[in-house]
Amino acid sequence: MKNKSLVSINDYSKEEQLAILELAANFEKNPTQKILEDYVIATLFFEPSTRTRLSFESAVSRLGGKIIGFSDASSTSVKKGESLKDTIKTVCNYSDLIVMRHPREGSARFASEVASVPIINAGDGANQHPTQTLLDMYTIKQTQGRLDNLNIAFVGDLKYGRTVHSLVMALCNFNCTFHLVSPFELKLPSSVKIHIKEKNLEYYQYTTMDEILPKVDILYMTRIQKERFSDPIEYEKIKNSYILSNDMLNNTKDNLKILHPLPRVNEIDEDVDDNSKAYYFQQALNGVYVRQALITKILGIK
Amino acid sequence: METKEFKVSAIENGTVIDHIPAKNVFQVIKILNLENYDNQILFGTNLESKKYVTKGIIKVSNKFFKTDEINKIALVAPRATLIIIKDYKVVEKSSVQIPDEVIKIVKCFNPNCITNHEKVETKFTVTSKEELKLRCHYCEKITDKKNMTFV
Ligand SMILES: [Zn+2]
Repeated sequence: MKNKSLVSINDYSKEEQLAILELAANFEKNPTQKILEDYVIATLFFEPSTRTRLSFESAVSRLGGKIIGFSDASSTSVKKGESLKDTIKTVCNYSDLIVMRHPREGSARFASEVASVPIINAGDGANQHPTQTLLDMYTIKQTQGRLDNLNIAFVGDLKYGRTVHSLVMALCNFNCTFHLVSPFELKLPSSVKIHIKEKNLEYYQYTTMDEILPKVDILYMTRIQKERFSDPIEYEKIKNSYILSNDMLNNTKDNLKILHPLPRVNEIDEDVDDNSKAYYFQQALNGVYVRQALITKILGIK
Repeated sequence: METKEFKVSAIENGTVIDHIPAKNVFQVIKILNLENYDNQILFGTNLESKKYVTKGIIKVSNKFFKTDEINKIALVAPRATLIIIKDYKVVEKSSVQIPDEVIKIVKCFNPNCITNHEKVETKFTVTSKEELKLRCHYCEKITDKKNMTFV
């Protein structure tokens, strides 16, 4: 994996993904190690994403690495019309690895082709966000003891949710069964379903979640945005059917864990937070360990 | 050769590209970069055709295309016929094949794709030759036949 950019989750094989998860477990036990002291990591956030940036910067800081970069393109030469290529080429002179987030789809792939240092994609528009996928996988493995043969429900906006697309694609390597709960207008796109079909895995589609709750090991909740609906009345009609509340969890499996890529708005009631099945805050913390593992693998330190 | 072919004069040596959809003749000339070609080029369009209502034809003197070069036109002229002419005689006929990869020719349909904002050559993997679906190497979105425009 040394020097290998991570733009799309499929850039890494199943074995490489598992190697990162394994190393992340070591960082979970021992997150503070001075092993990046000789390295400079650039975090280029062409659009703000405080949560993701802080997770990366915490990962690097705990390992003693230096961080350069920007958190918002408006304060940089990008605003003066510098091309992405020129920005990346310049930053390559100053750093050993670039973490970037950019509002345009395909920007990270392009950057990886012009850069002399490896790139980690921290989100390129609506396309990919592979470190989120790795942390989701890590969390599933952590809570279930495995990734194989699980019943996984995805609830909410399955059409535009890039975290859902990448995670579904990654889990296709682990013989999971998919339960897809969404309004009709926000179904999982066929470009993603094709990966499930290629592996001959089972998937089921629903418009309400009641029926699947007793069956699943993982309940992955996502937010439904009003602006995704062509007809606002449609949104008003369905919005309450995709909200999870604590009383709905009575007949669920003991091993069930509820995940969410955060930030949440109202799709999980706050009364769920105290239920031991709620796991979304621990999930976010896992992002630090997974990013530590990924960075050290790419730099060839671990 | 049938007489109607001679509506566009014959060439001594070179390649005839026949059965191009009439409206796409200029597109084919552009894709093959014939605008910058120095030898004689003859072309006709809005000619009668059995395959199309009307068709176009291009005759390029002293030019024999490489396979991957000519296959680029398959996107705009999927049923084109290639005819190799030597000494005014047809020595070979073949058809074009849709390539596995499409570079530079097509614009990505996704307005938010980096290729529509930076100086980047477009690049696609052909995911379906029957329905003509191209997956962008950069944004990973599909551009299909009805949304296809050319660079
Ligand atoms: Zn694209």
